Amino acid sequence: MTVRVLLFASYADAVGKRELTLELAEGAVVGDVVAHVRGLAGGTALPPAPLLAVNAAYARAHQPVRSGDEVAIIPPVAGG
Amino acid sequence: MTARLVTGAIDPAALLAEVSGDGHGATVLFLGTVRNSNDGRPVDGIDYTAYDAMAVVEIERIVAEAVARFPGIVVAVEHRTGTLRVGDVSVAIACGHAHRGPALDANRFVIEQLKRRVPIWKREHYLDGTSEWVDPTRPALEATP
Repeated sequence: MTVRVLLFASYADAVGKRELTLELAEGAVVGDVVAHVRGLAGGTALPPAPLLAVNAAYARAHQPVRSGDEVAIIPPVAGG
Repeated sequence: MTARLVTGAIDPAALLAEVSGDGHGATVLFLGTVRNSNDGRPVDGIDYTAYDAMAVVEIERIVAEAVARFPGIVVAVEHRTGTLRVGDVSVAIACGHAHRGPALDANRFVIEQLKRRVPIWKREHYLDGTSEWVDPTRPALEATP
């Protein structure tokens, strides 16, 4: 299945991408996306357990992903 | 109720108008502004970026929570993204209510939750020409004299 992955701020700078598409095995969970991104060049700048969102809502690493999901890896937020 | 990300200047008077009501005895306005220093380093400006779609939804969730906690509250929130200079308003929260207690408490609730949850980031630019992503989870450095 295919998921769209969004990176922001320091994480996007570290990996050099704001967006990527991943092919994952059926049964994959959100945490598998993090493991994949951490395996990319610069990816170790991401912590092993960053904040995550699926389709614009915060999600846990063990939550299943579905084909077409938008998974965001969220750096520490600093609004205001 | 209003929850918006904007790229231009925030108009506090417009937000106040959105929460006005003849039954309101209290209106509270919070403005967050770009400060000229952080952790003792002189700041020149800040670039704000957001996960726009989620940021708006998350602010809407916070406003809904405020309404549940403070029945009768009317809330309007705007957060600006893009390049801001010292003194620019980055966020504005207006709350209107019949009474001052809920108006003040709801305003505090919304800004604290916004800072904790809404996917917005800032890159500070310092007067020495360097810049850095702000990480509130990192312990603050001792301010240098």
